[in-house]
Amino acid sequence: MTWEQLIGAGVLAAMLRLATPIALAALGGVIAERSGVVNIALEGCMLVGAFFGVVAADRTHSVVLALAVAMAAGAVLAGVHAVAAIHLRSDQIVSGMALNILALGLTSFLDYQFYGNTGTPADLAAVPDVEIAPLAAVPFIGDVIGHQNTIVWLTVVLVVLIQVFLFRTVPGLRLRAVGEHPRAAETVGIGVRRTRYWAVLASGLLAALGGAYLSLSVAHSFTDGMTGGRGFIGLAAMIFGRWTPIGALVASLVFGYGTALSFSLQGASIGDVRVPVQLLSTLPYVLTILAVAGFVGRSRPPASDGIPYETEGH
Amino acid sequence: MIHQHFMLVPPLSVAENVVLGDERGGPALDRRRIEDRVRELEKRFGIEVDPSARIEDIPLGLQQRVEILKVLYRGSELLIFDEPTAVLTPLEVDELFEIVRTLRDEGKTLILITHKLREVMAVTDRITVLRGGQNAGELVTRNTNPGEIARAMVGRDLKELKARATPPRTEVVLAVRGLEARSDRGSPALRGVDFEVRAGEILGVAGVGGNGQSELAQCILGLRRPSAGAIRIGDVDISKDDPKRTRARGVAYVPEDRHLEGLVLAFTVADDFILGKQDHAPFARHGVLDPVTILRNGGRLAAEYDVRPPNPRAIVANLSGGNQQKVVLGRELSERPKLIVVSQPTRGLDIAATEYVHERLLEQRGQGAAILLVSSELDEIRALSDRIAVLFEGRIVATLDAASATEERLGLLMAGHSEAA
Repeated sequence: MTWEQLIGAGVLAAMLRLATPIALAALGGVIAERSGVVNIALEGCMLVGAFFGVVAADRTHSVVLALAVAMAAGAVLAGVHAVAAIHLRSDQIVSGMALNILALGLTSFLDYQFYGNTGTPADLAAVPDVEIAPLAAVPFIGDVIGHQNTIVWLTVVLVVLIQVFLFRTVPGLRLRAVGEHPRAAETVGIGVRRTRYWAVLASGLLAALGGAYLSLSVAHSFTDGMTGGRGFIGLAAMIFGRWTPIGALVASLVFGYGTALSFSLQGASIGDVRVPVQLLSTLPYVLTILAVAGFVGRSRPPASDGIPYETEGH
Repeated sequence: MIHQHFMLVPPLSVAENVVLGDERGGPALDRRRIEDRVRELEKRFGIEVDPSARIEDIPLGLQQRVEILKVLYRGSELLIFDEPTAVLTPLEVDELFEIVRTLRDEGKTLILITHKLREVMAVTDRITVLRGGQNAGELVTRNTNPGEIARAMVGRDLKELKARATPPRTEVVLAVRGLEARSDRGSPALRGVDFEVRAGEILGVAGVGGNGQSELAQCILGLRRPSAGAIRIGDVDISKDDPKRTRARGVAYVPEDRHLEGLVLAFTVADDFILGKQDHAPFARHGVLDPVTILRNGGRLAAEYDVRPPNPRAIVANLSGGNQQKVVLGRELSERPKLIVVSQPTRGLDIAATEYVHERLLEQRGQGAAILLVSSELDEIRALSDRIAVLFEGRIVATLDAASATEERLGLLMAGHSEAA
């Protein structure tokens, strides 16, 4: 085992790549849950984003249109969840889980209908990398961030924007009030349902962008169930990051690093002892369980998270 | 409208809560500016709260001022107070009434919704009595008295609570020694509590909510494990027993929140009457419930405890608060308990139901039960108790005889001025 395998530029660059889709899902989770709606359909939103992004890239050959279609697909799925959770006041876990299963079945089915057994086309329009020319030559730093994907940078920007939105703007204040004490928000004239609809739609957009990143920036193809639970890991990152965008980003980086390590340490050994890579890659999840169990400081969800809002007299 | 249950967002600051929904000025949230604006408002009406404090960190009395500020910030001329003193200490009540008078003198119109006659007499100019959804009389405060108001509220004269017939016996039923316990958040809630309750005696526990009352009741019932100390019923230490074993020793419990702890709202009256007794004769045999006996028992208790309608098949959720409390009383008192732990027994009840509950408790005392009465209503404590213990920050700071416990003394003790003892 070498330092290179532990914190080399290659490992750190991989960490950023692996953290990006998780962070996008986590951002979606932060917005939805801050408004008081639990959206475990993030996994499904990612999956439809990944799939419809590929379809649009194939048909239009435009990356911008592909991303727009992907995000629209995520928003549609999230919209169904919003209607179920907000309007029909159904159980948000049941609705979210049903939509995840629907997304998995729908994308598999349409994938086969559109592309049969041959797989998605190889010449898909891809989201370009950002080459930072002056940095590319700098040792180490250039190797880590000199040529990352556009969406990686976009994610960083979104984290900052959403952090500012939630904690430094009036609409952000209102959104948090709705998630904490919807009745209090309503008595001062804030539309609880309207706020929650927007928040859930935004969460779908963000998660779908994460899915499109997987299919259009990393894999350049779509395969069934390719999101592999990253939507759920995003929810864990949201909790670990205490329902703040920056916290969620840090948590996503921890998860990304754990996964990057498990790649770079393949076959490595300390003296004669093989590094147990599989065990190492469980570290982020062990951390999550500790965080959720309250061992890593206070981690408190918004007070009305997951509770349907009912107007008085209904 | 100043709501009985505050409409405040706990993690947000005082200023953020005041301006929420009407923030004025662009979409950016400028904390300093809104705090300045709230400070200005406070100065104008003589109301003091730190605008940058978080709601969850300030006491209920201050939270209520934030509610008042919210209304004033919106330029309201009419302020409606819904049971504003329910959660306040006597000192906080006085401060609230100061604010109320200031607002009146400023030319605001105020409506005070309350069931406490003393408050009505203290601050109002005119009174409208509501009974059964109808206007039951309009009075001018200056020309009336509490008796007349109570008559209008109940529709008849109130009974005088009977003076005690028999003195307490000497037999100690409950002895608590050095009791310590932690709250749900892990902070110390009880820090060495000692007291005893004798047969035929009511010991009142006075105190502002959150000074360890709930934890005390829960420890005695076995719902919370004490971290130190002993709780003895007769000669037996029950501090490690679960509620089932505690109840088997003749302990009854009227919990502070009947919806949360007292009743299963979706059940019928008859089923709620047998909660905790469902696993043995006569209500069950070999693990099978006996619906006929349960129903007959329900009908009998519903009649005996004046539950309206007296229908054992009625769903408890559909009963009024007073009748729900009668179901709790019927279940808890019908088996001649030795010790009754009663917490906030009349919270949210109207005057007639309150009277009923008080009569039943005095009747139990007359039959020799020891009663531990936890209440934040000073009037209730003073009317029923033989002795009054004041709980402050997890300690009993004084135990007074009912005769010497004036409201002023109790109020000072509850606010932590232990020299008043």
